[in-house]
Amino acid sequence: MSILIDNKTKAIFQGFTGSQATMHAAQCIAYGTNIVGGVTPGKGGQQHLNLPVFDNVKEAIDETGANTSVIFVPARFSKAAIVEAAENGIKLIICITEGVPVLDMIEVIDVLNNNRGSRLIGPNCPGVITPGEAKLGIMPASIHKKGSVGIVSRSGTLTYEAVNQTSEVGLGQSTCVGIGGDPINGTSFIDCLKMFQEDSQTESIVMVGEIGGTAEEEAAEYIKDNITKPVVSYIAGVTAPKGKRMGHAGAIISGGKGTAQDKFKALESAGVSVVTDLNLIGSKLVELLK
Amino acid sequence: MNLHEFQAKELFESYDLPVSKRGLIRKLSDVDSAIASIDFSNGCVAKVQAHTGGRGKVGGVKLCKNKEEIENFVNSWLGKKIITNQTDEAGLPVNIISIDELTDIDSELYMSLIVDRADKCVSMIVSKAGGMNIEEVAETNPEKILKLKFKHNVQVLEQYINELSSKLDFNTNQTEQFKKIVKNTHKLFVEKDLSLLEINPLVITSSGDLHCLDAKINVDENALYRQEEISGQRDPSQEDQREYEAKQHDLSYVSLDGNIGCMVNGAGLAMGTMDTIKLYDGEPANFLDVGGTATKERVGEAFKLILSDKNVKGILVNIFGGIVRCDLIAEGIIGAINDIDVNVPIVVRLQGNMSDEGKILLNNSGLNVIGEDSLMKASQKIVELVK
Repeated sequence: MSILIDNKTKAIFQGFTGSQATMHAAQCIAYGTNIVGGVTPGKGGQQHLNLPVFDNVKEAIDETGANTSVIFVPARFSKAAIVEAAENGIKLIICITEGVPVLDMIEVIDVLNNNRGSRLIGPNCPGVITPGEAKLGIMPASIHKKGSVGIVSRSGTLTYEAVNQTSEVGLGQSTCVGIGGDPINGTSFIDCLKMFQEDSQTESIVMVGEIGGTAEEEAAEYIKDNITKPVVSYIAGVTAPKGKRMGHAGAIISGGKGTAQDKFKALESAGVSVVTDLNLIGSKLVELLK
Repeated sequence: MNLHEFQAKELFESYDLPVSKRGLIRKLSDVDSAIASIDFSNGCVAKVQAHTGGRGKVGGVKLCKNKEEIENFVNSWLGKKIITNQTDEAGLPVNIISIDELTDIDSELYMSLIVDRADKCVSMIVSKAGGMNIEEVAETNPEKILKLKFKHNVQVLEQYINELSSKLDFNTNQTEQFKKIVKNTHKLFVEKDLSLLEINPLVITSSGDLHCLDAKINVDENALYRQEEISGQRDPSQEDQREYEAKQHDLSYVSLDGNIGCMVNGAGLAMGTMDTIKLYDGEPANFLDVGGTATKERVGEAFKLILSDKNVKGILVNIFGGIVRCDLIAEGIIGAINDIDVNVPIVVRLQGNMSDEGKILLNNSGLNVIGEDSLMKASQKIVELVK
């Protein structure tokens, strides 16, 4: 087992014919992921990467039976793309796009709340990979290895760091989920922790957070009462100054809240093994699992 | 992106929110026309316009009774820098002074609208403890902070606003004024893509009316493409010059106090790299995310930016290639070193997409660049080299 995606997942790309989507779709296909087509309005009927292109999500679903969509459309069109996917019954929507206005995301969340069958991952995320089965995102395939660690992270490249270390120590990954670095996103740490706890393939969990907001503190609260599998956590941004946006729209210490120290403290008191050195994620897991 | 107080107040006026009339002074000779544009019979409040709070504590807000006092204020501030507990040591330049009509204050409240991350909606925070540091109030007297989530339909919202008004001891007239302020600030927030709107203080005047004495607005950077009017109000003089320069090249940069320049792809890893340097007893000089689609040109610009900070004694490049190709980064590094005079040590760690090709390029370049495989070793190396 794994979470969210596996070799039965049937995925489309929205914004399929764009250059980034093309490059990454080709890599996902090469990985063996079951990509069944894509959507680019106005290009319906064409073939792209030997797959059918549709004008809209509904046609794509009708023709291919797709249940998952990866969104690569520009930020200003992302709200419409997510809403279109949700309203047409796509079960899993993965939005890679960075820079979506935050008020657009508030509207998107309202729509998702009214279409309860749909789950959104992201935006501003690297996507999801279940090693050996399916890759839906922009992560480099080569560092992954099928295994037992569930990884959930707010940051793309930090996820790769955690993946690389868990591969190097021989544990490998069940599923890796980048939930994105924006202030408002679709799927939370808690959603992923819950799925990892229920997943038989996942034996331990790595949670990578960063400064800003209180998602890590809420996750700590949840772990205390609900997670029995070992959890290792790293939080980026100990050296970040207050009031400055550190790249991600969501990574900002505002009003003295959301510091890395606060998050480390909350996680430690929930029994999570916290590493302050990001290079030690892999070795900490090995130590815990002995 | 931040706006000046006077710009925020102009926006408030266009949404029918009660603010004081004001005149603007950009040079000493503007004083007469500024006075003429307001009711000056009781004097005015002169306010330095700069993107910082805490102006009052350092004399940047002053009651002026006559023209001479205004001129003295203008002479002591215009063209100078204001340093508050919220700015860095260099402070911010003062290019504009606003003189606001006087308001007789009976009591002060705090009000703000924010993007509520936990509840995934816009929320309003209001408190009778106005004029103070709201974070402190939240810490010491959380019960004094009232919250309204804009998640409900109009009728429910109306009912909540009524409840808030009674908790705030508003009379009927004030309740009606409050309703209008709540509705109009929310409308402004949503229509102009704000990420923060703060009125501190919202005052009750001696005649019993609600009045916005201060106005602070932050705008969502991601939405500026559809807020042309607001984008045009950007004041680069209030931003860190290197951070502003970085934005022009699609780089995300924040300057820090240390001496090790960092160039990293991805915001999380950039923070992680700073933290790692610090952990190994070094001091990072900056946060710099070259982004997921780093090109040779952007890497070159990133180098120039890092080196424009004269404190930088060494550079750590940490790239974990997902979208970004390490061979392109390597080409950028080589190109930059050849183009600009780089005379500090550079340690490069490349991992992921095309990293082997990147390392070969660096090693064959004949340049003084040290390649490392792990971030741990790379951090230790650069810390050692800048000592």
